[in-house]
Amino acid sequence: MQDAICGPLYKTVPTTHFYVVGPNGEFGDVIVSLKDADGKAITGKSTGASAPDVVLDQKGCLYRPQILAAQTGEKIIVKNSDPTVHNVHITSTAGNTEHNDIQIAGAPPLIYTFDKPEMFMKFQCDIHPWMFAWVSLFDNPYFAISGADGKFVIKDVPPGKYTIVADHRKLGEQTQTVEVADKNVSVHFTFHVK
Amino acid sequence: MNNTEVNRPLHRFAVLAAIATFFLLGAGGLVTSHEAGMSVPDWPNSYGYNMFLFPPSRWIGGIFYEHTHRLWASCVGLMTAILAVWLWLKDSRKWMKWIGIAAFLLVVAQGVLGGLRVTLKLDNLGAIHGVVGQSFFVLMCAIALFTSKFWRKMAEEKELNVPGSLRVLVLMATILIFCQLALGATMRAQHAGLSINTFPSAYGKFWPDTSPDAIQQYNARRIDIMNYSPITAFQVILQMVHRMVALAIFISVALCAAQAWRKLGKNDALTKFAFVWLGLILVQIGLGAATIWTNKAADVATAHLLCGALSLVTGALWCIIAFARSSVRPAPQTESFGAFGTFAANK
Repeated sequence: MQDAICGPLYKTVPTTHFYVVGPNGEFGDVIVSLKDADGKAITGKSTGASAPDVVLDQKGCLYRPQILAAQTGEKIIVKNSDPTVHNVHITSTAGNTEHNDIQIAGAPPLIYTFDKPEMFMKFQCDIHPWMFAWVSLFDNPYFAISGADGKFVIKDVPPGKYTIVADHRKLGEQTQTVEVADKNVSVHFTFHVK
Repeated sequence: MNNTEVNRPLHRFAVLAAIATFFLLGAGGLVTSHEAGMSVPDWPNSYGYNMFLFPPSRWIGGIFYEHTHRLWASCVGLMTAILAVWLWLKDSRKWMKWIGIAAFLLVVAQGVLGGLRVTLKLDNLGAIHGVVGQSFFVLMCAIALFTSKFWRKMAEEKELNVPGSLRVLVLMATILIFCQLALGATMRAQHAGLSINTFPSAYGKFWPDTSPDAIQQYNARRIDIMNYSPITAFQVILQMVHRMVALAIFISVALCAAQAWRKLGKNDALTKFAFVWLGLILVQIGLGAATIWTNKAADVATAHLLCGALSLVTGALWCIIAFARSSVRPAPQTESFGAFGTFAANK
Protein backbone atom coordinates (compact mmCIF):
# COMPACT_ATOMS: atom_id res chain seq x y z
CA MET A 1 0.00 0.00 0.00
CA GLN A 2 3.00 2.24 0.49
CA ASP A 3 4.05 1.93 -3.11
CA ALA A 4 3.47 5.27 -4.87
CA ILE A 5 1.93 3.71 -7.97
CA CYS A 6 0.42 0.46 -6.70
CA GLY A 7 -0.97 1.81 -3.43
CA PRO A 8 -3.50 4.21 -4.99
CA LEU A 9 -4.97 1.32 -7.00
CA TYR A 10 -6.61 0.07 -3.80
CA LYS A 11 -9.17 1.57 -1.47
CA THR A 12 -8.67 -1.20 1.13
CA VAL A 13 -5.56 -3.19 1.94
CA PRO A 14 -5.35 -6.24 -0.35
CA THR A 15 -5.02 -9.67 1.23
CA THR A 16 -2.88 -12.66 0.38
CA HIS A 17 -4.47 -15.61 -1.41
CA PHE A 18 -2.62 -18.53 0.04
CA TYR A 19 -5.83 -20.20 1.21
CA VAL A 20 -8.98 -19.56 -0.79
CA VAL A 21 -11.69 -20.94 1.47
CA GLY A 22 -15.44 -20.46 1.10
CA PRO A 23 -17.96 -19.96 3.92
CA ASN A 24 -18.68 -23.70 4.09
CA GLY A 25 -15.07 -24.80 3.78
CA GLU A 26 -14.96 -24.93 -0.01
CA PHE A 27 -11.31 -24.97 -0.97
CA GLY A 28 -10.14 -23.21 -4.11
CA ASP A 29 -6.84 -23.11 -6.00
CA VAL A 30 -6.18 -26.82 -5.66
CA ILE A 31 -4.57 -28.34 -8.76
CA VAL A 32 -6.24 -31.67 -9.54
CA SER A 33 -4.62 -33.93 -12.13
CA LEU A 34 -4.51 -37.53 -13.27
CA LYS A 35 -1.60 -39.93 -13.21
CA ASP A 36 -1.63 -43.54 -14.34
CA ALA A 37 -2.78 -46.36 -12.05
CA ASP A 38 0.79 -46.77 -10.76
CA GLY A 39 1.06 -43.12 -9.84
CA LYS A 40 3.37 -42.19 -12.72
CA ALA A 41 2.87 -39.02 -14.72
CA ILE A 42 0.97 -39.34 -17.99
CA THR A 43 3.33 -38.01 -20.62
CA GLY A 44 3.30 -37.54 -24.35
CA LYS A 45 -0.41 -36.70 -24.42
CA SER A 46 -0.17 -32.93 -24.56
CA THR A 47 -2.60 -31.09 -26.82
CA GLY A 48 -1.10 -27.78 -25.77
CA ALA A 49 -0.19 -26.65 -29.26
CA SER A 50 -3.88 -26.53 -30.23
CA ALA A 51 -5.31 -25.68 -26.81
CA PRO A 52 -6.72 -22.22 -26.05
CA ASP A 53 -4.20 -19.72 -24.69
CA VAL A 54 -3.92 -19.36 -20.94
CA VAL A 55 -3.87 -15.78 -19.69
CA LEU A 56 -2.02 -14.37 -16.71
CA ASP A 57 -2.66 -10.69 -16.02
CA GLN A 58 -0.72 -8.23 -13.89
CA LYS A 59 -3.50 -6.06 -12.53
CA GLY A 60 -3.55 -4.01 -9.37
CA CYS A 61 0.14 -4.95 -9.01
CA LEU A 62 -0.86 -8.56 -8.42
CA TYR A 63 -0.82 -11.57 -10.70
CA ARG A 64 -4.33 -12.73 -11.54
CA PRO A 65 -4.97 -15.59 -11.19
CA GLN A 66 -2.28 -16.56 -8.72
CA ILE A 67 -2.62 -20.30 -9.41
CA LEU A 68 -2.68 -21.40 -13.02
CA ALA A 69 -2.30 -24.66 -14.93
CA ALA A 70 -1.42 -25.29 -18.57
CA GLN A 71 -0.16 -28.00 -20.86
CA THR A 72 3.36 -28.25 -22.17
CA GLY A 73 3.47 -26.42 -25.49
CA GLU A 74 0.43 -24.33 -24.61
CA LYS A 75 0.79 -20.57 -24.92
CA ILE A 76 0.82 -18.64 -21.65
CA ILE A 77 -0.05 -15.01 -22.35
CA VAL A 78 1.21 -12.55 -19.75
CA LYS A 79 -0.48 -9.16 -19.87
CA ASN A 80 0.34 -5.96 -18.05
CA SER A 81 -2.87 -4.10 -17.23
CA ASP A 82 -1.16 -1.83 -14.73
CA PRO A 83 -0.04 1.78 -15.17
CA THR A 84 3.50 0.79 -14.27
CA VAL A 85 6.37 -1.40 -15.41
CA HIS A 86 6.76 -4.99 -14.21
CA ASN A 87 9.43 -7.54 -14.90
CA VAL A 88 8.20 -11.05 -15.62
CA HIS A 89 10.74 -13.30 -13.92
CA ILE A 90 10.08 -17.01 -14.37
CA THR A 91 12.14 -19.55 -12.43
CA SER A 92 11.97 -23.27 -13.04
CA THR A 93 13.04 -26.23 -10.91
CA ALA A 94 12.38 -28.76 -13.68
CA GLY A 95 14.64 -27.53 -16.44
CA ASN A 96 12.26 -25.21 -18.23
CA THR A 97 13.84 -22.09 -19.67
CA GLU A 98 14.13 -19.26 -17.17
CA HIS A 99 13.00 -15.83 -18.29
CA ASN A 100 13.32 -12.31 -16.99
CA ASP A 101 11.60 -9.83 -19.27
CA ILE A 102 10.67 -6.18 -19.00
CA GLN A 103 7.04 -5.31 -19.56
CA ILE A 104 6.30 -1.60 -19.45
CA ALA A 105 2.79 -0.22 -18.99
CA GLY A 106 0.77 -0.70 -22.15
CA ALA A 107 3.30 -3.06 -23.69
CA PRO A 108 2.05 -5.97 -25.81
CA PRO A 109 1.57 -9.28 -24.00
CA LEU A 110 4.52 -11.57 -23.47
CA ILE A 111 4.01 -15.10 -24.75
CA TYR A 112 5.68 -18.14 -23.26
CA THR A 113 5.58 -21.87 -23.85
CA PHE A 114 7.34 -24.53 -21.84
CA ASP A 115 8.10 -28.10 -22.77
CA LYS A 116 8.68 -29.86 -19.44
CA PRO A 117 6.02 -30.80 -16.90
CA GLU A 118 6.44 -28.94 -13.64
CA MET A 119 4.44 -28.22 -10.53
CA PHE A 120 4.22 -24.65 -9.30
CA MET A 121 6.70 -22.89 -11.56
CA LYS A 122 7.14 -19.42 -10.14
CA PHE A 123 6.33 -16.20 -11.94
CA GLN A 124 7.38 -13.12 -10.02
CA CYS A 125 7.99 -9.41 -10.34
CA ASP A 126 11.21 -8.22 -8.69
CA ILE A 127 10.19 -4.56 -8.88
CA HIS A 128 7.17 -5.36 -6.70
CA PRO A 129 8.34 -8.31 -4.59
CA TRP A 130 4.86 -9.20 -3.31
CA MET A 131 3.78 -10.22 -6.83
CA PHE A 132 3.87 -13.90 -7.66
CA ALA A 133 1.96 -16.60 -9.48
CA TRP A 134 2.46 -20.33 -9.63
CA VAL A 135 1.93 -22.14 -12.92
CA SER A 136 1.75 -25.93 -13.11
CA LEU A 137 2.51 -27.64 -16.40
CA PHE A 138 1.26 -31.02 -17.55
CA ASP A 139 2.07 -33.19 -20.52
CA ASN A 140 -1.58 -34.11 -20.90
CA PRO A 141 -4.95 -32.35 -20.79
CA TYR A 142 -6.26 -34.13 -17.68
CA PHE A 143 -6.14 -31.48 -15.01
CA ALA A 144 -8.25 -28.75 -13.46
CA ILE A 145 -8.10 -26.13 -10.73
CA SER A 146 -10.76 -26.04 -8.03
CA GLY A 147 -12.76 -22.85 -8.06
CA ALA A 148 -13.86 -20.69 -5.18
CA ASP A 149 -16.78 -23.12 -4.74
CA GLY A 150 -14.31 -25.95 -4.27
CA LYS A 151 -15.43 -27.70 -7.46
CA PHE A 152 -13.34 -28.98 -10.36
CA VAL A 153 -14.10 -30.85 -13.59
CA ILE A 154 -11.71 -32.91 -15.71
CA LYS A 155 -13.32 -33.68 -19.02
CA ASP A 156 -12.84 -36.24 -21.81
CA VAL A 157 -10.89 -38.73 -19.74
CA PRO A 158 -10.44 -42.05 -21.55
CA PRO A 159 -11.84 -45.05 -19.65
CA GLY A 160 -9.39 -46.74 -17.31
CA LYS A 161 -7.88 -46.72 -13.86
CA TYR A 162 -6.05 -43.64 -12.68
CA THR A 163 -4.46 -42.03 -9.70
CA ILE A 164 -6.10 -38.67 -9.09
CA VAL A 165 -3.82 -36.14 -7.41
CA ALA A 166 -4.92 -33.01 -5.55
CA ASP A 167 -2.05 -30.59 -5.01
CA HIS A 168 -2.15 -27.40 -2.98
CA ARG A 169 0.91 -25.19 -2.97
CA LYS A 170 1.04 -24.92 0.80
CA LEU A 171 -0.79 -28.02 1.99
CA GLY A 172 0.90 -30.55 -0.23
CA GLU A 173 -0.49 -33.48 -2.12
CA GLN A 174 -3.23 -36.07 -1.67
CA THR A 175 -4.00 -38.99 -3.95
CA GLN A 176 -6.84 -41.43 -4.55
CA THR A 177 -7.40 -44.16 -7.11
CA VAL A 178 -10.30 -43.81 -9.48
CA GLU A 179 -11.78 -45.82 -12.29
CA VAL A 180 -13.36 -44.03 -15.23
CA ALA A 181 -15.96 -45.97 -17.19
CA ASP A 182 -19.07 -44.76 -18.98
CA LYS A 183 -20.38 -42.42 -16.26
CA ASN A 184 -19.08 -39.33 -14.49
CA VAL A 185 -16.99 -40.06 -11.43
CA SER A 186 -17.04 -37.87 -8.31
CA VAL A 187 -14.02 -37.54 -6.09
CA HIS A 188 -13.75 -35.56 -2.88
CA PHE A 189 -10.63 -34.32 -1.14
CA THR A 190 -10.38 -32.70 2.27
CA PHE A 191 -7.36 -30.70 3.34
CA HIS A 192 -6.47 -29.84 6.90
CA VAL A 193 -4.07 -27.20 8.16
CA LYS A 194 -2.11 -28.90 10.96
CA MET B 1 58.56 -4.39 6.82
CA ASN B 2 60.03 -1.47 4.85
CA ASN B 3 59.86 2.01 6.25
CA THR B 4 58.26 4.52 3.95
CA GLU B 5 57.19 8.07 4.15
CA VAL B 6 53.49 8.47 4.64
CA ASN B 7 51.61 10.03 1.73
CA ARG B 8 48.76 11.55 3.69
CA PRO B 9 46.49 12.47 0.76
CA LEU B 10 46.93 8.96 -0.63
CA HIS B 11 46.14 7.45 2.75
CA ARG B 12 43.07 9.64 3.16
CA PHE B 13 41.86 8.63 -0.27
CA ALA B 14 42.42 4.96 0.59
CA VAL B 15 40.32 5.41 3.74
CA LEU B 16 37.59 7.15 1.73
CA ALA B 17 37.59 4.31 -0.80
CA ALA B 18 37.30 1.75 2.01
CA ILE B 19 34.36 3.66 3.53
CA ALA B 20 32.74 3.89 0.10
CA THR B 21 33.16 0.13 -0.26
CA PHE B 22 31.46 -0.38 3.10
CA PHE B 23 28.45 1.61 1.92
CA LEU B 24 28.48 -0.36 -1.32
CA LEU B 25 28.20 -3.56 0.70
CA GLY B 26 25.16 -2.01 2.37
CA ALA B 27 23.65 -1.05 -0.97
CA GLY B 28 24.20 -4.57 -2.25
CA GLY B 29 22.74 -5.99 0.94
CA LEU B 30 19.60 -3.94 0.49
CA VAL B 31 19.20 -5.32 -3.03
CA THR B 32 19.02 -8.89 -1.77
CA SER B 33 17.07 -7.97 1.35
CA HIS B 34 14.40 -6.40 -0.86
CA GLU B 35 14.54 -9.34 -3.34
CA ALA B 36 15.34 -6.82 -6.07
CA GLY B 37 18.38 -8.49 -7.62
CA MET B 38 16.62 -9.23 -10.90
CA SER B 39 14.49 -6.09 -11.07
CA VAL B 40 16.72 -4.63 -13.82
CA PRO B 41 16.84 -7.49 -16.34
CA ASP B 42 19.54 -6.01 -18.58
CA TRP B 43 23.20 -5.16 -17.92
CA PRO B 44 25.25 -3.06 -18.33
CA ASN B 45 22.31 -0.99 -19.55
CA SER B 46 19.29 -0.31 -17.38
CA TYR B 47 15.97 -0.76 -19.16
CA GLY B 48 17.74 0.00 -22.42
CA TYR B 49 19.27 3.23 -21.13
CA ASN B 50 22.95 3.85 -20.60
CA MET B 51 23.25 3.15 -16.90
CA PHE B 52 24.30 6.71 -16.10
CA LEU B 53 21.41 8.21 -18.07
CA PHE B 54 18.56 6.11 -16.67
CA PRO B 55 15.98 8.70 -15.51
CA PRO B 56 15.43 8.82 -11.73
CA SER B 57 11.66 8.94 -12.35
CA ARG B 58 11.93 5.28 -13.39
CA TRP B 59 13.75 4.15 -10.24
CA ILE B 60 10.61 2.60 -8.79
CA GLY B 61 10.17 -0.31 -6.40
CA GLY B 62 13.02 -2.81 -6.55
CA ILE B 63 14.63 -0.92 -9.45
CA PHE B 64 15.67 1.80 -6.99
CA TYR B 65 17.80 -0.60 -4.96
CA GLU B 66 19.36 -2.46 -7.87
CA HIS B 67 20.10 0.59 -9.98
CA THR B 68 21.57 2.73 -7.19
CA HIS B 69 23.69 -0.27 -6.23
CA ARG B 70 25.08 -0.35 -9.79
CA LEU B 71 25.76 3.40 -9.77
CA TRP B 72 27.53 3.22 -6.40
CA ALA B 73 29.53 0.23 -7.60
CA SER B 74 30.68 2.28 -10.60
CA CYS B 75 31.79 5.01 -8.20
CA VAL B 76 33.75 2.53 -6.10
CA GLY B 77 35.26 1.07 -9.27
CA LEU B 78 36.43 4.52 -10.31
CA MET B 79 37.88 5.22 -6.86
CA THR B 80 39.71 1.89 -6.96
CA ALA B 81 41.16 2.71 -10.37
CA ILE B 82 42.39 6.06 -9.08
CA LEU B 83 43.85 4.37 -6.01
CA ALA B 84 45.64 1.78 -8.14
CA VAL B 85 47.20 4.44 -10.36
CA TRP B 86 48.14 6.57 -7.37
CA LEU B 87 49.79 3.62 -5.61
CA TRP B 88 51.64 2.65 -8.77
CA LEU B 89 53.00 6.14 -9.29
CA LYS B 90 53.63 7.29 -5.74
CA ASP B 91 54.18 4.35 -3.41
CA SER B 92 57.81 3.26 -3.37
CA ARG B 93 57.02 -0.23 -2.09
CA LYS B 94 56.81 -2.63 -5.03
CA TRP B 95 54.37 -4.93 -3.28
CA MET B 96 51.95 -2.05 -2.69
CA LYS B 97 51.92 -1.20 -6.38
CA TRP B 98 50.79 -4.74 -7.12
CA ILE B 99 48.21 -4.72 -4.34
CA GLY B 100 46.67 -1.68 -6.01
CA ILE B 101 46.53 -3.57 -9.31
CA ALA B 102 44.99 -6.56 -7.53
CA ALA B 103 42.31 -4.33 -6.01
CA PHE B 104 41.46 -2.91 -9.41
CA LEU B 105 41.25 -6.35 -11.03
CA LEU B 106 39.12 -7.62 -8.15
CA VAL B 107 36.62 -4.76 -8.42
CA VAL B 108 36.34 -5.31 -12.17
CA ALA B 109 35.77 -9.02 -11.59
CA GLN B 110 33.15 -8.20 -8.97
CA GLY B 111 31.32 -5.93 -11.38
CA VAL B 112 31.33 -8.57 -14.08
CA LEU B 113 30.12 -11.19 -11.59
CA GLY B 114 27.21 -8.97 -10.64
CA GLY B 115 26.34 -8.35 -14.28
CA LEU B 116 26.54 -12.02 -15.21
CA ARG B 117 24.37 -12.94 -12.24
CA VAL B 118 21.63 -10.85 -13.87
CA THR B 119 22.14 -11.75 -17.52
CA LEU B 120 22.67 -15.47 -16.90
CA LYS B 121 19.97 -15.56 -14.18
CA LEU B 122 22.19 -17.51 -11.80
CA ASP B 123 21.40 -17.28 -8.09
CA ASN B 124 24.65 -19.08 -7.23
CA LEU B 125 26.62 -16.27 -8.85
CA GLY B 126 24.79 -13.93 -6.51
CA ALA B 127 26.23 -15.77 -3.51
CA ILE B 128 29.75 -15.66 -5.00
CA HIS B 129 29.25 -11.96 -5.75
CA GLY B 130 28.45 -11.43 -2.08
CA VAL B 131 31.55 -13.27 -0.87
CA VAL B 132 33.86 -11.54 -3.33
CA GLY B 133 32.42 -8.19 -2.25
CA GLN B 134 33.35 -8.90 1.37
CA SER B 135 36.84 -9.99 0.31
CA PHE B 136 37.27 -6.81 -1.70
CA PHE B 137 36.29 -4.77 1.37
CA VAL B 138 39.02 -6.52 3.37
CA LEU B 139 41.55 -5.65 0.65
CA MET B 140 40.53 -2.00 0.60
CA CYS B 141 40.82 -1.76 4.38
CA ALA B 142 44.24 -3.42 4.20
CA ILE B 143 45.37 -0.80 1.66
CA ALA B 144 44.18 1.91 4.02
CA LEU B 145 46.22 0.26 6.79
CA PHE B 146 49.36 -0.11 4.67
CA THR B 147 49.28 3.56 3.66
CA SER B 148 48.77 4.74 7.24
CA LYS B 149 51.11 6.47 9.71
CA PHE B 150 50.24 3.69 12.19
CA TRP B 151 51.78 1.10 9.86
CA ARG B 152 54.99 3.07 9.51
CA LYS B 153 55.25 3.73 13.23
CA MET B 154 54.79 0.04 13.95
CA ALA B 155 58.10 -0.65 12.15
CA GLU B 156 59.92 2.06 14.08
CA GLU B 157 58.62 1.35 17.58
CA LYS B 158 59.62 -1.75 19.53
CA GLU B 159 56.31 -3.57 19.81
CA LEU B 160 55.94 -6.80 21.72
CA ASN B 161 55.98 -9.81 19.40
CA VAL B 162 52.67 -11.57 19.18
CA PRO B 163 53.05 -15.24 20.17
CA GLY B 164 52.53 -17.70 17.36
CA SER B 165 49.72 -19.52 19.19
CA LEU B 166 47.72 -16.29 19.49
CA ARG B 167 48.31 -15.38 15.86
CA VAL B 168 47.08 -18.78 14.74
CA LEU B 169 44.02 -18.53 17.01
CA VAL B 170 43.05 -15.18 15.52
CA LEU B 171 43.69 -16.45 12.00
CA MET B 172 41.45 -19.45 12.60
CA ALA B 173 38.69 -17.25 14.05
CA THR B 174 38.93 -14.96 11.01
CA ILE B 175 38.71 -17.90 8.62
CA LEU B 176 35.68 -19.13 10.56
CA ILE B 177 34.04 -15.72 10.11
CA PHE B 178 34.77 -15.89 6.38
CA CYS B 179 33.12 -19.31 6.20
CA GLN B 180 30.14 -17.91 8.10
CA LEU B 181 29.84 -15.07 5.58
CA ALA B 182 29.85 -17.60 2.77
CA LEU B 183 27.12 -19.54 4.59
CA GLY B 184 25.10 -16.37 5.02
CA ALA B 185 25.50 -15.49 1.34
CA THR B 186 24.35 -18.97 0.39
CA MET B 187 21.31 -18.63 2.64
CA ARG B 188 20.37 -15.30 1.09
CA ALA B 189 20.81 -16.71 -2.42
CA GLN B 190 18.07 -19.27 -1.73
CA HIS B 191 15.46 -16.50 -1.92
CA ALA B 192 13.28 -18.47 0.44
CA GLY B 193 13.01 -15.99 3.28
CA LEU B 194 13.56 -17.31 6.80
CA SER B 195 13.82 -21.08 6.81
CA ILE B 196 13.44 -21.01 10.60
CA ASN B 197 11.34 -18.18 11.97
CA THR B 198 11.93 -18.68 15.70
CA PHE B 199 14.93 -17.92 17.91
CA PRO B 200 16.58 -19.11 20.06
CA SER B 201 14.54 -22.29 19.55
CA ALA B 202 14.07 -23.75 16.09
CA TYR B 203 10.37 -24.41 15.63
CA GLY B 204 10.10 -25.01 19.34
CA LYS B 205 13.05 -27.41 19.51
CA PHE B 206 16.79 -27.35 19.97
CA TRP B 207 17.16 -29.11 16.60
CA PRO B 208 14.15 -28.83 14.26
CA ASP B 209 12.36 -31.72 12.65
CA THR B 210 13.35 -31.81 8.96
CA SER B 211 11.15 -34.71 7.85
CA PRO B 212 9.05 -34.10 4.71
CA ASP B 213 5.89 -33.84 6.84
CA ALA B 214 7.49 -31.27 9.09
CA ILE B 215 8.79 -29.20 6.18
CA GLN B 216 5.34 -29.27 4.63
CA GLN B 217 3.83 -28.03 7.90
CA TYR B 218 6.34 -25.19 8.14
CA ASN B 219 5.42 -24.13 4.60
CA ALA B 220 1.71 -24.50 5.31
CA ARG B 221 1.89 -22.19 8.32
CA ARG B 222 4.15 -19.63 6.71
CA ILE B 223 2.26 -16.53 5.60
CA ASP B 224 4.49 -14.01 3.87
CA ILE B 225 3.68 -11.35 1.31
CA MET B 226 7.09 -11.59 -0.39
CA ASN B 227 7.56 -13.82 -3.40
CA TYR B 228 9.65 -16.37 -1.50
CA SER B 229 10.09 -19.93 -2.68
CA PRO B 230 8.93 -22.72 -0.33
CA ILE B 231 11.52 -23.71 2.28
CA THR B 232 13.33 -27.04 2.11
CA ALA B 233 15.05 -29.31 4.61
CA PHE B 234 18.42 -28.23 3.20
CA GLN B 235 17.65 -24.58 3.99
CA VAL B 236 16.54 -25.41 7.53
CA ILE B 237 19.78 -27.30 8.14
CA LEU B 238 21.76 -24.45 6.57
CA GLN B 239 20.35 -22.01 9.09
CA MET B 240 21.08 -24.39 11.96
CA VAL B 241 24.71 -24.70 10.81
CA HIS B 242 24.84 -20.89 10.58
CA ARG B 243 23.69 -20.68 14.22
CA MET B 244 26.25 -23.22 15.38
CA VAL B 245 29.10 -21.51 13.55
CA ALA B 246 28.01 -18.23 15.16
CA LEU B 247 28.46 -19.84 18.56
CA ALA B 248 31.87 -21.19 17.54
CA ILE B 249 32.89 -17.72 16.37
CA PHE B 250 31.82 -16.16 19.65
CA ILE B 251 33.86 -18.70 21.64
CA SER B 252 36.90 -18.27 19.33
CA VAL B 253 36.90 -14.50 19.46
CA ALA B 254 36.34 -14.48 23.23
CA LEU B 255 39.36 -16.78 23.56
CA CYS B 256 41.38 -14.47 21.32
CA ALA B 257 40.53 -11.49 23.50
CA ALA B 258 41.35 -13.40 26.70
CA GLN B 259 44.67 -14.65 25.28
CA ALA B 260 45.58 -11.19 24.02
CA TRP B 261 44.94 -9.76 27.51
CA ARG B 262 47.09 -12.47 29.07
CA LYS B 263 49.96 -12.49 26.60
CA LEU B 264 50.13 -8.91 25.34
CA GLY B 265 48.79 -7.03 28.33
CA LYS B 266 45.73 -4.86 28.64
CA ASN B 267 47.38 -1.76 27.21
CA ASP B 268 48.51 -3.31 23.94
CA ALA B 269 46.63 -1.91 20.93
CA LEU B 270 45.96 -5.42 19.70
CA THR B 271 44.36 -6.36 23.01
CA LYS B 272 42.03 -3.41 22.77
CA PHE B 273 41.35 -4.27 19.14
CA ALA B 274 40.49 -7.85 20.19
CA PHE B 275 37.88 -6.58 22.64
CA VAL B 276 36.39 -4.31 19.97
CA TRP B 277 36.18 -7.45 17.86
CA LEU B 278 34.38 -9.30 20.63
CA GLY B 279 31.97 -6.40 20.95
CA LEU B 280 31.25 -6.59 17.22
CA ILE B 281 30.54 -10.31 17.49
CA LEU B 282 28.07 -9.70 20.32
CA VAL B 283 26.31 -7.03 18.27
CA GLN B 284 26.28 -9.42 15.31
CA ILE B 285 24.61 -12.15 17.35
CA GLY B 286 21.99 -9.62 18.45
CA LEU B 287 21.41 -8.57 14.86
CA GLY B 288 21.08 -12.19 13.81
CA ALA B 289 18.39 -12.73 16.41
CA ALA B 290 16.70 -9.48 15.40
CA THR B 291 16.71 -10.62 11.76
CA ILE B 292 14.55 -13.56 12.80
CA TRP B 293 12.38 -11.67 15.26
CA THR B 294 11.58 -8.98 12.65
CA ASN B 295 10.81 -11.63 9.99
CA LYS B 296 13.91 -10.62 8.04
CA ALA B 297 13.19 -6.90 7.88
CA ALA B 298 15.36 -5.54 5.09
CA ASP B 299 17.18 -2.92 7.17
CA VAL B 300 17.92 -5.35 10.01
CA ALA B 301 19.11 -8.11 7.68
CA THR B 302 21.36 -5.62 5.89
CA ALA B 303 22.77 -4.35 9.19
CA HIS B 304 23.54 -8.00 10.05
CA LEU B 305 25.45 -8.28 6.77
CA LEU B 306 27.41 -5.08 7.42
CA CYS B 307 28.31 -6.08 10.97
CA GLY B 308 29.56 -9.38 9.56
CA ALA B 309 31.76 -7.46 7.13
CA LEU B 310 33.20 -5.37 9.96
CA SER B 311 33.84 -8.54 11.99
CA LEU B 312 35.74 -10.06 9.06
CA VAL B 313 37.81 -6.92 8.48
CA THR B 314 38.64 -6.60 12.18
CA GLY B 315 39.97 -10.14 12.30
CA ALA B 316 41.86 -9.73 9.03
CA LEU B 317 43.53 -6.48 10.11
CA TRP B 318 44.35 -7.98 13.51
CA CYS B 319 46.11 -10.85 11.74
CA ILE B 320 48.01 -8.55 9.39
CA ILE B 321 49.25 -6.35 12.23
CA ALA B 322 50.10 -9.31 14.46
CA PHE B 323 52.04 -11.16 11.77
CA ALA B 324 53.82 -7.94 10.76
CA ARG B 325 54.87 -7.25 14.35
CA SER B 326 56.20 -10.74 14.70
CA SER B 327 58.28 -10.54 11.55
CA VAL B 328 60.72 -8.04 13.16
CA ARG B 329 64.11 -9.73 13.58
CA PRO B 330 65.79 -9.94 17.07
CA ALA B 331 68.95 -7.81 17.81
CA PRO B 332 72.31 -9.27 16.52
CA GLN B 333 74.22 -11.72 18.84
CA THR B 334 77.47 -9.58 19.20
CA GLU B 335 75.71 -6.73 20.98
CA SER B 336 74.32 -9.14 23.63
CA PHE B 337 77.77 -10.74 24.25
CA GLY B 338 79.39 -7.32 24.61
CA ALA B 339 76.82 -6.28 27.22
CA PHE B 340 77.29 -9.50 29.18
CA GLY B 341 81.07 -9.08 29.17
CA THR B 342 80.79 -5.54 30.52
CA PHE B 343 78.41 -6.63 33.29
CA ALA B 344 80.78 -9.41 34.31
CA ALA B 345 83.70 -6.98 34.52
CA ASN B 346 81.72 -4.53 36.66
CA LYS B 347 80.69 -7.28 39.01
